[in-house]
Amino acid sequence: MTATVPPKAPVFLGLPTAPRGVGHLRGTESFPDAARHELRNGQLRANLGHATATIRGKRAGVVAEVPDWEQLRAAGKAIKAATMARLDEHLVSLERQVTARGGTVHWARDANEANAIVTALVQATGTTEVVKVKSMATQEIGLNEALEAVGLDVFETDLAELIVQLGEDSPSHILVPAIHKNRAEIKEIFARTIPGVDPELTDDPRQLAMAARTHLRERFLRARVAVSGANFAVAETGTLSVVESEGNGRMCLTLPQTLITVMGIEKVVPTWTDLEVFLQLLPRSSTGERMNPYTSTWAGVTPGDGPQEFHLVLLDNGRTAVLADEVGREALHCIRCSACLNVCPVYERTGGHAYGSVYPGPIGAILSPQLTGVEDNASLPYASSLCGACYEVCPVAIDIPSILVHLRAEHVEAQQKPTAEALAFRSLARAMSHPWLWHLVQRGARLGRLIARGKPTLPSVFPPPISGWTRSRDLPTPPTRTFVQQWTEEHGK
Amino acid sequence: MSAREEVLARIRTALGEDRAPAPAVVRDYRRAGDSPADAALLALLVDRVEDYRADVLRCGPDEVGATVRAALDRGLGEGWTPGTVVVAPGLDDDWRPDGCDVDDDRPAVQLADRAAAVTAVAVAIAETGTLVLDGSPTCGRRALSLLPDCLVCVVTVDQVVAGVPEGLARLDPVRPLTMISGPSATSDIELQRVEGVHGPRQLFVVLAG
Repeated sequence: MTATVPPKAPVFLGLPTAPRGVGHLRGTESFPDAARHELRNGQLRANLGHATATIRGKRAGVVAEVPDWEQLRAAGKAIKAATMARLDEHLVSLERQVTARGGTVHWARDANEANAIVTALVQATGTTEVVKVKSMATQEIGLNEALEAVGLDVFETDLAELIVQLGEDSPSHILVPAIHKNRAEIKEIFARTIPGVDPELTDDPRQLAMAARTHLRERFLRARVAVSGANFAVAETGTLSVVESEGNGRMCLTLPQTLITVMGIEKVVPTWTDLEVFLQLLPRSSTGERMNPYTSTWAGVTPGDGPQEFHLVLLDNGRTAVLADEVGREALHCIRCSACLNVCPVYERTGGHAYGSVYPGPIGAILSPQLTGVEDNASLPYASSLCGACYEVCPVAIDIPSILVHLRAEHVEAQQKPTAEALAFRSLARAMSHPWLWHLVQRGARLGRLIARGKPTLPSVFPPPISGWTRSRDLPTPPTRTFVQQWTEEHGK
Repeated sequence: MSAREEVLARIRTALGEDRAPAPAVVRDYRRAGDSPADAALLALLVDRVEDYRADVLRCGPDEVGATVRAALDRGLGEGWTPGTVVVAPGLDDDWRPDGCDVDDDRPAVQLADRAAAVTAVAVAIAETGTLVLDGSPTCGRRALSLLPDCLVCVVTVDQVVAGVPEGLARLDPVRPLTMISGPSATSDIELQRVEGVHGPRQLFVVLAG
């Protein structure tokens, strides 16, 4: 292909993707290579199998008791599509409302800019400690690393995030970042890293949760700055919301003097009424509860109640590039419930780390490559069997399988040189469109019976590049007679 | 160009010159409308709240004060000290146990050493077992229902609605709202639910009327 031929891949209109060298959207190795390491970890597979089976059961139970679930899903999908179609207008409205109620709105083109804004805001308060509510957006941009780089102490307060932070680990699930750890491993991390922890600590989940409560209590009470994400932001009223379980979110949203919220631009919803849909869809899809224990909402600043200084950082970081793709933009509808991870047969076996991004599982496989540009996460659109379970459980009905196929096509069409796979299929297409050649190939394939030695599948003895295909797929042993031969024998030509 | 102008320009580029009309949102899910709660709805609320392992105490409209005291007996053990209990500033005088402290504008963190708080609610949603506090004087500021380890919320029957849509319709979106569904909890360890993390570990609901 020469440089003068226009690319066939969907045009991104030059909109910038998330920058390299910051944040956590790219892994160090491809999905198949990472998956190979992870699959060897028997403990990980046992932990994930147990956890995902538990949450699948709970979700199915509470979804089944809602008679209008499908209507809610359809409404959720429509609200998100309508929001994206007027995203600029809703963001401007949100900005106006938040500002009118005493908040300050900042815009960030990418991760670096968002990190710089938050760092400067924290430094301006003169504090050295920041408490954090679990937030995917701040994980995505690597905010903790940016704050630590200037000497600030950052404390994750969600239990699972705390486990990940204390274990110097990385999150592997959207909802339960430490899902890959079992109770015994968590007990070990706490015993090793929490100063003054009860030496009698056992691996009972209740005791572990109490240890986290004691560890964080003082921090909450003395914290002067908190950083949060947002699940939803209402454009017409300026209402932000955080959906959580433990109360760590409420501590951060209530006690410090200053609150900084970092929110992806796609989290805006047009009206207060729209929340009646998402507050039904999210908890049941996420933790499998009818409602999560705590949902907090706030609009700007309320005198005498909660933080008296509020900053909202609106983050692009590749989202507008996703928006430019008419098929792929549906990935921006995601409300981060993680139901698609829990039902995915690939995620259940490999775990979240294999995806190399803070967004793992099926949604990650369509979101990460779009945020970074598909060339930086080229293996992720293939990290799926396309079984469709993710689409079925998605509370806003994102057609994940179709977007996966769309991104695969985009990746293939962007190749400058033909791949071995493309060459093989081109040859196959040629053979299949010429009967004499096809019969010759079939006759030749019968030689495969020699190496099959009577087994139903061929052994994987092929050299590269064929081994790239056969390593993870069985090739059936060729039959003694083909269908055409049988037909000719029974019916004549 | 400022970041604001640039992000907005990117969105306009992404959506194109002649953008499609925003699709209509069909709201054919259940929106029962606001109607007085009947016995079945109250029973549903009780069932759902108890499912979160919170305790519900029902009483007549004139028995709220005594029932709040009974809830505190359960939560703190009989013989609790009134001074360790703090109530929302606008709480009905008849509901406030004698000797209890009324929340004022002291620093919020000082509420952390109180054993229990008593508040009213703005709305209760039966189907999800959710209480909503709206920062009004009867509900108190957000820290009040957060820091003391035992929370007693008084719900009157006229505050009970069927579902989430009816609940949100009654609320003012610019007030600081806290929706509470059971005691604080976590599912972060092997996805097993454990009640009681950073928020109150005990929740009592007094349902009056």
